[in-house]
Amino acid sequence: MSRKLLIVLAVLILSVLVLGACASNTTADKPAEQTASEPAPQEQPATKSTLDVVKERGKIICGVNQAVPGFGFLQSDGSFAGFDIDFCKALSAAVFGDTSKVEYRPLNAKQRFTALQGGEIDVLIRNTTWTLTRDTELGANFAPTTFYDGQGITVRKDSGVNTLEDLAGGSICVAAGTTTELNLADQMAARGIDYTPVVFETADETTGAYLDGRCDAYTTDKSGLVARMSLFPNPEEHKILDETLSKEPLGPVVRQGDDQWFDIVKWVVFATFTGEEMNINSQNVDDAKANATDPNVRKLLGLEGDMGQKLGLSNDWAYNIIKMVGNYAEIYDRNLGPDTVFNLARGLNASWVDGGLLYAPPIR
Amino acid sequence: MATNTRKGSTVPFWRDERYLQAIAQVIVVGGIAALGWWLIRNLLTGLESLGTPLNFRFLGQTAQFDIGESMISYTRNSPYVRAILVGLLNTIKVSSVGILFATLFGVIIGVARLSSNWLVNRLAAAYVELLRNIPLLVFLIFLSSTVFHKLPLVAEAASIGKWAFLTNRGIYVTWVHKAAGWSTYQWVLLAGLLISVVMSVLLIRQGRRTGRMPLWFLWALLSFIGVAVVGWFIIPATPLVPDIPTLQGRNFQGGISLTPEFMAIFSGLVIYTAAFIAEVVRAGIQAVSKGQREAAAALGLSNFMTLRLVVFPQAMRVIIPPLTSQYLNLTKNSSLAIAVGYPDLFAVGGTIVNQSGRAVEIILITMGVYLSFSLLTSLFMNWYNRHTQLVER
Ligand SMILES: N[C@@H](CCC(=O)N[C@@H](CS)C(=O)NCC(=O)O)C(=O)O
Repeated sequence: MSRKLLIVLAVLILSVLVLGACASNTTADKPAEQTASEPAPQEQPATKSTLDVVKERGKIICGVNQAVPGFGFLQSDGSFAGFDIDFCKALSAAVFGDTSKVEYRPLNAKQRFTALQGGEIDVLIRNTTWTLTRDTELGANFAPTTFYDGQGITVRKDSGVNTLEDLAGGSICVAAGTTTELNLADQMAARGIDYTPVVFETADETTGAYLDGRCDAYTTDKSGLVARMSLFPNPEEHKILDETLSKEPLGPVVRQGDDQWFDIVKWVVFATFTGEEMNINSQNVDDAKANATDPNVRKLLGLEGDMGQKLGLSNDWAYNIIKMVGNYAEIYDRNLGPDTVFNLARGLNASWVDGGLLYAPPIR
Repeated sequence: MATNTRKGSTVPFWRDERYLQAIAQVIVVGGIAALGWWLIRNLLTGLESLGTPLNFRFLGQTAQFDIGESMISYTRNSPYVRAILVGLLNTIKVSSVGILFATLFGVIIGVARLSSNWLVNRLAAAYVELLRNIPLLVFLIFLSSTVFHKLPLVAEAASIGKWAFLTNRGIYVTWVHKAAGWSTYQWVLLAGLLISVVMSVLLIRQGRRTGRMPLWFLWALLSFIGVAVVGWFIIPATPLVPDIPTLQGRNFQGGISLTPEFMAIFSGLVIYTAAFIAEVVRAGIQAVSKGQREAAAALGLSNFMTLRLVVFPQAMRVIIPPLTSQYLNLTKNSSLAIAVGYPDLFAVGGTIVNQSGRAVEIILITMGVYLSFSLLTSLFMNWYNRHTQLVER
């Protein structure tokens, strides 16, 4: 009845109208709503390619881990470092000729696919396992595996646990939304071992509970175990069981629906493999470029064949990656090699030249 | 031109507030409906273009993950729906027990805040101020990581008289097993129950007649216990044997147990919500006019009797509506359980989203469930509210 009520109503109406207006603006450029309901694919403005969006924005938004030293870790000075982080940098070097054009978006295991599907990030490089379900139903596309891993189990040395069977009746701490949560259930069911999973959202909570004695064991990828154990107050009191519960091929992931961007991410990884195969690294790449006669080297370094342009990049894309970030061996050694606390043997992650699984298709 | 000169109306219709209001309401409702329709259509076409149209059939697929604690049988081979049910029951468990205890503590603290005893009064005030001003999530993580995970290790369990054990894997309390005599004994208990019900009815009737209500509840309880005890010794076989938790392998087995995850979310919700309920109770009591209390005192009622018979019945009318919102808050806040590792509906839903990619479907289910919880709670409380309001006059 009162004037106040009328004003409130007027404001409400206005806001609804304004909202409605914004809303219809974003659906289609056509003012008439009816036309939008008819199937008119030609009228739909083509969605911008990820590459264009990234270039316009001036940086790549890379979904990363912040809690796994050596792979993706937020350091005390606020910067990110690790094996996965270096692949974000390599992507940035390929697109912008500069490794710093990356915005890192730390994500826990449960958030990552929602962030990718929702377009919050351009690429997910966060110890993520390639599985059929993720490749299909989760709308992800997996670039080549950068790290072949398997699931392991960490226990206290004084616990007397040496096999999975020894954990019968015990509790196991695991992070939510991981493949490791599922593998654990599979393995224990297959072997008929009774156990209690204790599931947390972040690595910090999960290892915290394990360290407090809430769980007899902590499980994740073996790389993750090694990395997290480096943060334990007394790492020497813990050990990783010999058993490997699963295959965990880890690599970069993009959203489905943009083949060009998928190609770019794939070939950025292949370029680091190829660099190692050809023995071209950040130290000798300038030399190699100056004196290149081998057509394969010339194609890699952008001296012939317009390989970069085919990806929508400049022809020195691979040169920039190797010069600014390094080839695969350099990336591996810098983050996980003998000079680091992790000292992880290359194993399956050696180049095929050395009997490993890393193999890049020809750049031609 | 507006010569709309009907009986008694001197204003044209576009300045008649009745019309204006009606039109405004139509426009608002229409606008909201349009907005909602647009949002839903946007969602559906978005999902369609992603190649994942809204579809709930995946709920029948195998869940493939284990859940730490469940009130029904559940394995990794159960379908997703069952996993959701497990989460749902865990939510119901923590919210319902939480509401019960939060009310109990809240009333005690609310009354304490009005106590004339300086210390009691100040302590209650400090409690309320402290807890109302800490974010619940922070408090939950504090409880989980500095209280429940820091309880003794299983091997060094703190025992209370050999029948209860406190560890950071859980709290284990001795319970009972049914034994040979149980099948006979259950009839004894039933008889005891019947006797106590009959007794209460008789006593209450007598109380109504004479105007002096006896302590019927106490008598009923005593008669039940009496029958139970006598029956215990008469029956030849022992009906129940104690089930004492013992350390077997890596954990305690037997008895009843509460996990640290449950304890953390439960105690967090109770302690936190009790602070708000205390304020509601205090406001309700203060809303009862002083004259009522003075009259009760003049009649010679004790403090407790004044509260019980005069103040509370009237305060209830003020208390119930805001109390309802506290109940709803507690239920909704239970979705923070994931932070302390308790597998409630929201936590289990999160895992399913991650493993199946069915984000929208799971969010819809989750929202639907919380909404129905809230509506049911409101419905019940509104009914109760009307019930207490009738007492007036
Ligand atoms: N490779 C596994 C998941 C690996 C993973 O996320 N592990 C946890 C280990 S606890 C982690 O890194 N968490 C980091 C965080 O929570 O920030 C997968 O793709 O599902």
